[in-house]
Order: sequence, then structure tokens, then C-alpha cells
Amino acid sequence: MERVQFIKEEVDQEGKLRTETLMLNMGPQHPSTHGVLRVVLHLDGEIVVKAIPYIGYLHRGIEKLCEHITYQQCLPYTDRMDYVASICNNIGFILAVEKLLGIENEIPERAKVAEVILFELGRIESHLIGIGTSAMDLGAVSAFLYCFKERERIYDILEMVCGARMTTSYPRVGGLPEDLPENFEEAIRNFLKAFPKTLVEIDKLLTRNRIWVERTKGVAYISAEDAIDLGLTGPVLRGSGVPYDVRKAMPYLGYENYDFEIPVSTDGDAYARYLCRLEEMHQSLKIIEQAINNLPDGPYIADLPDIVLPPKELTYTRMESLIRHFVLVYEGFKPPPGEVYHAVENPKGELGYYIVSDGSGKPYRMRVRGPSFVNLQALPKMVEGRLLADVIAAIGSIDIVLGEVDR
Amino acid sequence: MSVSIQQVIDSLRNKYPYAIGEIKTFRGEVSVFVKRELIREICSYLKKEFDFKFIVDITAVDYLGRKTPRFEVVYYLHRFGPDFEENIRIRLKVEVPEEDPKVYSVTSVWSGANWLEREVYDMFGIEFVGHPDLRRILMPEDYEAFPLRKDFDVRNREPSKRSFERALKEGT
Repeated sequence: MERVQFIKEEVDQEGKLRTETLMLNMGPQHPSTHGVLRVVLHLDGEIVVKAIPYIGYLHRGIEKLCEHITYQQCLPYTDRMDYVASICNNIGFILAVEKLLGIENEIPERAKVAEVILFELGRIESHLIGIGTSAMDLGAVSAFLYCFKERERIYDILEMVCGARMTTSYPRVGGLPEDLPENFEEAIRNFLKAFPKTLVEIDKLLTRNRIWVERTKGVAYISAEDAIDLGLTGPVLRGSGVPYDVRKAMPYLGYENYDFEIPVSTDGDAYARYLCRLEEMHQSLKIIEQAINNLPDGPYIADLPDIVLPPKELTYTRMESLIRHFVLVYEGFKPPPGEVYHAVENPKGELGYYIVSDGSGKPYRMRVRGPSFVNLQALPKMVEGRLLADVIAAIGSIDIVLGEVDR
Repeated sequence: MSVSIQQVIDSLRNKYPYAIGEIKTFRGEVSVFVKRELIREICSYLKKEFDFKFIVDITAVDYLGRKTPRFEVVYYLHRFGPDFEENIRIRLKVEVPEEDPKVYSVTSVWSGANWLEREVYDMFGIEFVGHPDLRRILMPEDYEAFPLRKDFDVRNREPSKRSFERALKEGT
């Protein structure tokens, strides 16, 4: 809050006390805006009269960039949107392209189950950061450390599977680029054993913590009607009592076969969203457990020579495979002309990819419906008429990632 | 009340016989072309009659040199069914000519359309008539070009440079 400016209002002619609203510029460089969000606040004393978010400081033009590269090359760009759950963005993009190609039924079961496990790990990772950072913004640094300790374990698993910790760029169109590592199952089982303890610890640290409860309960309230009207999704919508989850409403990756619940709270405040996130992590564990028990053997990538790269050893030893590899990398696969929208339930809400193909190897138009972008719209509604300190709690409870807001 | 997508289309055809154009289905997704002048009425009709309470997305596509009218504005609506299986979605499309890039805003139907329309304006230069606060959202406010148009040259740094120099001079 480096720049402060006073706006003088007209003096009241009836001789009442002259009041002034204070304009306060919060961000873009502010630790509790979770990136480069700038909010201009008009304050009357400590009450927020008006809040205007300004975004775009991290705009990289991902949608434009993707128009100039092949479908496979778009994948690393999707990491850089919601970078705390990049694996979820990757899988969402892959599913959209598979839908465009019409090959959903050809994807081997092993790849689908592995993607479900990774997707839920991504959800846990994102919720850990969401809870940890919003608690840290309100002064509870210890919860943040517990969350980050556990996030490192998820990063270890991701590193084992795809070689990268944060920017995973992992699955490929058609399945997994290589088989899961041998000790994958063991690592997941260890995680399933260890993680509930951390959940209990976070629960103990925050759920009945007097300061946390008082700072979040009744704060940043949004009603169910407003939440639907504003197009909010994810824990923000479910915290207001709307049981909407893409995994149940429009199942993908075989989510209809898993037994899990959609946690809903009707309070509509920051505390309700925290409880939803906490319970969602329990549900994610449940899904991972069911998935790892049913992880089938067999192929990990579809047998589609026009789309999937040939195995590396064949590329080195056979001329035909080398040619195919070259053509696929150079020109890319060519989906039929048409357009699809595919949505996945990202940790922060509904992430949709709208891809228009003109029959060439590059997307004619790729639109990303980022959940953070739409959810951030609710900020003025949440904080106007409330205290300045509640703005911090509200931003933390929406759980935005500016990489996805600005794209 | 469960509703199928066919019921929605039939009802739209009855109510607005001249406003409904081509209907395309690709990969199980239905797109309905509607007349530009009637988009707000059709949206509020769908919201009122069929409970399409949720706006998922508004975006646009530029078909420069491929077809006329040049732009398509795409609306993606969602209806919460009583059961998870009964959620339905419909995609409305509006064709917008290059000479008059204007559409009626649907912010009065769903307030969530606000930022989505601002983004389309920012990226394509399509004006939304009746929008309460139509400003650029991702690009700087004094930026002059529309980046997602197909005739935008990605190598041309001039608009960014000008906007940056202006900001340096004004110190904002």
C-alpha cells in the first residue's frame, strides 16, 4: 500500500461534518494478493465503500500464442496458468484435444486411472496452498508450513512420474508418454498413509482456532443466488450451498465410477470455503485410494499411429517410425474441423477449454475459461461495506492464481 | 422438471421462428446460431423459461478471410438440473460483421457476463451495447490494438511500446 491519495468531497451545505473518502491502492506488489492483483479501494474510515480490481499484469497472451503452435506444443503453456495445480490444467487440455479428435474411447484404462490419481494429487496440492497462504495472510504462519511440508511430498511423486515438480506438462494426447515408474504404487500408498495425519494437524491448527474463526466467519459472504449469477464455480460456489461439481455433473476420466461426495456448506463465507476445501481433500484421498486399488496393467498409451509418437527405440532403429515421428512433431496431428468445449473440475473451479479447429495442425482458436478469472469478479460484492482487513481474507478465500486470471 | 436439449431448441424455434439459424452438433455439443439483434431477449427467455441461470463462458472467434460476417460471439449457458445427470448446456452463437462490431450486452441477464464481455471487447474490439463498465481488462487501458484478431501482427511491438512510453511519462 505504497500510494495514498485523498479525494475531497463537496462540503455539505447544511453544515454537516465534511467527510472524505480515502483512495487506497492495494497491490500490484503486495504479498497477500497472491501475485500481481491490484485493487483500488475507496475507504470511509475503515469501511470499504468501493473496490475495483485491476488485472492483466501477468497477461502473456497464451490464447494468442497457442494459435501459432501445434497442439502438443500448447501443453507446456497450460502449466503456466494455474501453476499451483499445473497437472490439472494439463489433463484438462489433453481431454479437450482428445474430445476434439474423438478418441476418448480409445484411451487405455491404465492411463485414465493414473490421470485420476494425478488430478486428485493436484487438487490436494492446490487446496494445501489455498488454505496455507490464506491462513498466512491472516497471521497463522504455522499452518502454512504444515501445508508446504505436505506439498513437497506431492511434488516428489510428480517428479518421480514426470521428471518435473511444478511445471509438469505430463500426459500426452492418447495417454501417458511412458509407463508409470515401478515404485509409483508404493509412493501413493505411503502418501495415503501419511497425509491424513497432516490433515488432522491442519484441522487442529485452524478449524477451532479462535483468531482464524473470527477472521473468516461471516466474512466475504456471498449468497447462493449471487454466486450462480456471477458464474462462480469451485469451492466458492459450493461454500454458498450449490452442490455443483463438474466431476459429477459432466463426468470425465470415468469419475462416475468412483464413490465420493461433494462437500457443500450453506454459510457462504470464507470459513465455509475453508471447510469445503478441507473436506474435498478427504474426498480426494478417497478417490486416490479407490483408483490405486484398481490401477490396471496393460498399455498406457493408445495405439493411434496418426496421433501418438512412435516409441523412442523404434524411432532410432526404423526408418518408417523416424519419418512418422518427424511428421508428427513438425506438422502435428490434424483434428477434423469443428469446435469443442471441455470442462474439468479444477481445484479452483470449472476450467474449460474451447478449441476451434480448422483441420490444420494448429488450433484456430483456443479459449481458456479460467475459474480464477470468473471467481475474482465476486471480490467487490464480497468486500463492499466491510472492513479493510476483510479484503485480505476475501482474496485468500477465493483462492485465485493470477497466472490463470491473466493468462 | 427434466428438460432435454431438443425441447429447448423446439421451444426457441416456436417462440423466435425468424431468429434461430443453423443448428450444428459436433461431438455431442449443440451450437445454435441466433440473430444478433435478439441475443438479449433469447438469453433472458432461456433463463426465465428453462432456468439457464449460469453463464459459463462468453468468447469470440475471428474468421478473417474464411467467412463473412467476420466474428462469431459464442455464449455457453448452463442449466442446473435437479439431478447431476440432468445438467444441460447449450451454445449460442451470434455473427458479428466487421463494419459494425456491436452486440447487445447480456450483463442484465447474468451479472457474471461483465468481465467475460470486457475480455471479448479487449481482445476483439467487439462492443457490447448496454454494458455498464466497458473498459479494457487485460491489456493496458490506452492500448490501441486488439490482440486476438487474426490480422494482429504478433511481431509488431509498436502498440505495447507506445503504451509503455506513455505510462513512463505519466508515472502511473
